[in-house]
Amino acid sequence: MEKIIIKNLNLEYSDGTESLRGINLNIPANQISVLFGPAGGGKSTLLRVINRLNDLADVTRVEGQVVIINMDGSKTEVLDPKIDVIGLRRRIGMVFARPIVLPLTIRGNLTYGLEVAGVKNKQRLDEAVEHSLRQAALWEEVADRLDDPAVALSGGQQQRLCLARSLVLEPEIILLDEPTSGLDPISTTKVEASLQELKNKYTVILVPHSVQQAARTADYAAFFLQGELIEQGPGKNLFVNPKDQRTEDYVEGRFG
Amino acid sequence: MNQDKSLSRYRTQRFGFLLLTVIAILTSLPILLVLLVIVVKGISAISFEFIFGMPSNGMKSGGIFPAILGTILLTLGTAIFSVPIGIGAAIYLSEFAGDNKWTKTIRLAIINLAGIPSVVYGLFGLGLFVIFLQFGTSILSGALTLAIMTIPVIISTSEEALRAVPQSFRVVSVSLGATRWQTIRKIVLPEAKPGILTGVILGLERAAGETAPILFTAAVFFLPSLPKSIFDPTMALPYHLYVISTQVPGMPVNVQYGTALVLVVFVLSMNIFATLIRSRARALRQW
Repeated sequence: MEKIIIKNLNLEYSDGTESLRGINLNIPANQISVLFGPAGGGKSTLLRVINRLNDLADVTRVEGQVVIINMDGSKTEVLDPKIDVIGLRRRIGMVFARPIVLPLTIRGNLTYGLEVAGVKNKQRLDEAVEHSLRQAALWEEVADRLDDPAVALSGGQQQRLCLARSLVLEPEIILLDEPTSGLDPISTTKVEASLQELKNKYTVILVPHSVQQAARTADYAAFFLQGELIEQGPGKNLFVNPKDQRTEDYVEGRFG
Repeated sequence: MNQDKSLSRYRTQRFGFLLLTVIAILTSLPILLVLLVIVVKGISAISFEFIFGMPSNGMKSGGIFPAILGTILLTLGTAIFSVPIGIGAAIYLSEFAGDNKWTKTIRLAIINLAGIPSVVYGLFGLGLFVIFLQFGTSILSGALTLAIMTIPVIISTSEEALRAVPQSFRVVSVSLGATRWQTIRKIVLPEAKPGILTGVILGLERAAGETAPILFTAAVFFLPSLPKSIFDPTMALPYHLYVISTQVPGMPVNVQYGTALVLVVFVLSMNIFATLIRSRARALRQW
C-alpha cells in the first residue's frame, strides 16, 4: 500500500545547483524506503519537498504532484499552496544529518512540538516525553536528567533525542536525512534498531550515509544520480540484481 | 651563517611583537588618563549633598540632583521610544524581509542615520517636536530626538544578534510544526537576547552622554524646581557640564570635574553592565 505518491516532480533552486528532474516514486506505507546515491543527487531536496521545508529555502520552481494518502483514505496535495503547511509538518517528523538540538532542556526539546501546537496538559506532555524517549531507545540513559540542557548529551544521544523529538507528535511519516552520518558504530546500530521498530507504526524515509546502510535497512530503495531517479524497487532486489549499469557501478563501489 | 639568519629573524619577530604591545598600551592610555584626571580633580566635590541636593549660589555650590534626574528621565524616555521600534525593525529585517531593493534601501538609510552628526539630530528635533508638534522644550521632545538618534544603533546591533542565531534552529523549529512567529518568540529571541540587550544599552549609553540633541530640545541651564511632567524642560548632566565649564565665570574646578565624574560613572556603569551580560551569555552558550 502506498503512503506517498510522487508524480513527475521537477524542482529548481534559484542558483541552479541541486535540482530534481522528472521524479516518479511511490513510497510504501509502514516500510523503510531508502533514497541513496552520491552527494548532490537531490535526495535531501526530495525529503524537504515532502514536508514543505523547501519553503524556507531559495527554491524558484516546483512542478508535479506529491500526494500523501491519509489514514482515512483521503489525499493531501503537498504542493498545493492552499494546504495547512503547519498541520502537514505536524504529521511528518524529520531528523537531520547533524544532531540539531534546540537550545532548551532535554524535556524542552521533546515537548516543543506539542507546546507550539497548544498542548498544555502536564500529564500528557510527561507521557509523550517518556513514550518518545523509549521509542528512540534513550529513556534509560536520560530519565533522571530530563531538565538538563540537551547539549550536555553526547552526539549519539543528541541524535536519538532528535529522533524522539520527531516522534512526539505521533507523525505518520518520518524523514531521516543521513541521521547517522556523525555517529559512532554503536550509536548507529541503536538508531537503525529503532527504525526497525518504528516502521511498524510509521512510514520511514531514510537517506542513508552509506551504501552499506542502504542495503542493511532498505525495504524499498531508490537510486538517485544528479537529480534523476535512476532505478527503484524492493530493497534486496536492487542491491543484489541492479538493472541499470549506473546503479550496479555505485552499489559495487566503482564510483561514489 | 644559516643559524645567524634565523637568529636575526627571531629578533625581528621579537621586536615586532614588542612594537605591537607598546601600540596596544598606547591606545588604552588616553582613557586611563581621562579617568585619572577626572577622578583626581573631581573627587573632592562628591558628597551626599552634591548628588542629592539642589544647586544654589548660581550653581557654584549645592548639588546637581536636577541634572542627574534629568539625564535618567531622558534616558528612560529614549528607551521607551527606541527599544520597541529598534528591536521590531531588527526582527523584520532579519526574520521576515528578503534581500531585495526595498530592504537594501532600508539598510542604507539605517547606516546613514547612524553617521549623521548629533547636532543635526538636535536641529531636526527642534523643528519637528519642539516647534511643529508644539511639544516645546521638554523631556518629551528631548527623549524623542535622542530616540531617533539611538534607533539605528539598536537596529544594527539587534539584527546582528538575531542573524547570529544558527539557521538550523529555525529549520528544526519549523519542521516541528512551529509557525514563523513561534520560532522567533520561543527560539530566536531568547538566543539573541544577550546580544540585543548589549546593543540597547550601548545605544542608550550614547544617548545619555550626548549634549547636542538636547541642546535645543530639552535642556535648560537652571530650574528652580524639578520637572513636573514630560512637557517640562529639564536640566541634564552633559548640558550642565557644558554650561558650568564655559558659561559661568568663577566656577570652582572641583564642581566641574565632579559633574564630569558623575556623568562618566553613569555611562561607564551602563557599559560594564552590558559587558557583564555579554560575558555571562558567552559562558552559558554551549553550541
